[in-house]
Amino acid sequence: MKQYLLAVQLDESAPPESEAAVQAQLARTGKVTDEMKAAGVWVFVGGLQHSDASTVVRTPGGTTTLTDGPFAETKEQLGGFWVIEADDLDQALVWAEKCSLACEQPIEVRPFDDGSRRR
Amino acid sequence: MDLDGVYRAEYGRCVATLTRLLGDIGLAEEAVQDAFAVAVTKWDETLPPNPGAWIVTTARNRAIDRLRRESTREARHAQALLLHQSDELEEVGPVRDDQLRLIFTCCHPALSPLAQTALTLRLLGGLEVPEIARAYLVPEATISQRIVRAKKKIRDAGIPYRVPDAAELPGRLASVLTVLYLIFNEGYASTSGELLRTDLCADAVRLARALAELMPDEPEVLGLLALLLLTEARRPARVSPSGELVVLAEQDRSRWDRELIAEGHALVRRCLRRNRPGPYQLQAAINAVHTDGPSTDWTQVLALYDQLLAQNPSPVVALNRAVAVAEVHGPALALATLEHLDLPGYHLLPATRADFLTRLGRTAEAVAAYDEAIALAGNETERTFLETRRARLASTNH
Repeated sequence: MKQYLLAVQLDESAPPESEAAVQAQLARTGKVTDEMKAAGVWVFVGGLQHSDASTVVRTPGGTTTLTDGPFAETKEQLGGFWVIEADDLDQALVWAEKCSLACEQPIEVRPFDDGSRRR
Repeated sequence: MDLDGVYRAEYGRCVATLTRLLGDIGLAEEAVQDAFAVAVTKWDETLPPNPGAWIVTTARNRAIDRLRRESTREARHAQALLLHQSDELEEVGPVRDDQLRLIFTCCHPALSPLAQTALTLRLLGGLEVPEIARAYLVPEATISQRIVRAKKKIRDAGIPYRVPDAAELPGRLASVLTVLYLIFNEGYASTSGELLRTDLCADAVRLARALAELMPDEPEVLGLLALLLLTEARRPARVSPSGELVVLAEQDRSRWDRELIAEGHALVRRCLRRNRPGPYQLQAAINAVHTDGPSTDWTQVLALYDQLLAQNPSPVVALNRAVAVAEVHGPALALATLEHLDLPGYHLLPATRADFLTRLGRTAEAVAAYDEAIALAGNETERTFLETRRARLASTNH
């Protein structure tokens, strides 16, 4: 069993959606999460605030500095994510497809480092 | 068959089986290479009765030895797996399944197209990295990096070794067929340099044959094999003795390979009986018409292109269909069908337009279209062909 991060790639430069559209989207993603729980693959889910709410902490040479805003200035930001358990990538990809359909955003599928990568 | 022959024929099969036994492509390759190194010293003049089985058994024993010397958790796990395998390695069923599984792993759509191709040629075709690099005219380091990265991704991301289930199969099989088709195409009309790199064509045909043997009930697999065979059959006539490109209508049909054509036609008939036409089967059928009798029945070709365009409405198919339209309904109508095609950078669009314009007597426009095509053509043979056409046109009309 491996764990996979299903990360929502959110285009923050896109115009904001209507409240009704947001609610409909939340209902759809909630349904996918319920499906994951029923299938026994669900580990975690979370939606994130936009990246303008983020702060980056750096500690070069032991001195702490804070920076306002996201780590990298790109259009695509992490919008939210699921963590699931799956037998293999194919299973994770099936869930990623459901997630992408539900939130209408690209989903990056990334395996967790389970300590097996040594070579 | 000599050792090189055995290597090429058996390498993919042996790596596939060892991948099942060891659960890791890298370990499997090392073991198979070890076994071939032993074979070099042991086989002298005569080969064992079943060289493939000999390699698998030796590789398995070598892998056990190698794993015993290592003490990592992963090595102990792989060793336990190996020791509990029964000695039924020569059974046909599982060995065939091993190969099929490995094909689907190598052509997994989560890998980049170049990685899929390089892995397939390396693991299933038994090609060495320098051979692949030469075939694709890229530095060896690039190919070797792609292969290393792809194998690492297969392991780290958990790309499974299995044949996709019925629901996933159509999409995943399409990816396998695309890889084989692209390997053949790269050999047939390489994007740069020489027109024909026959080794890649032969490799693609060999792999397509293996796939057709593994999946005899998939009509698109048979269709791809038929398409490759019927295209390959015309290769001897495609380039003149002086190295110039010869168009289909002007080819010396006596130079076509009759055996390959007969095999291709038989496959197309098998597909027709299944009556589940797909893009590869339709392209094979078109090539069957081209290779049937003393000249092409263009009405039939056009009907097949109509069907293909309905299934796969791509501009390249539309362009090829236009050639059939020109033969059946004349160049004026054919030219009109090219108007809305968007194929930036593809030299065959202006080349085809140039041909239609020539036939319509619109010389100045034809010359301009040839100029555009010449600027875009990737390989020397095709460029020379287009320049010759353009020169002929200029001399007859000015």
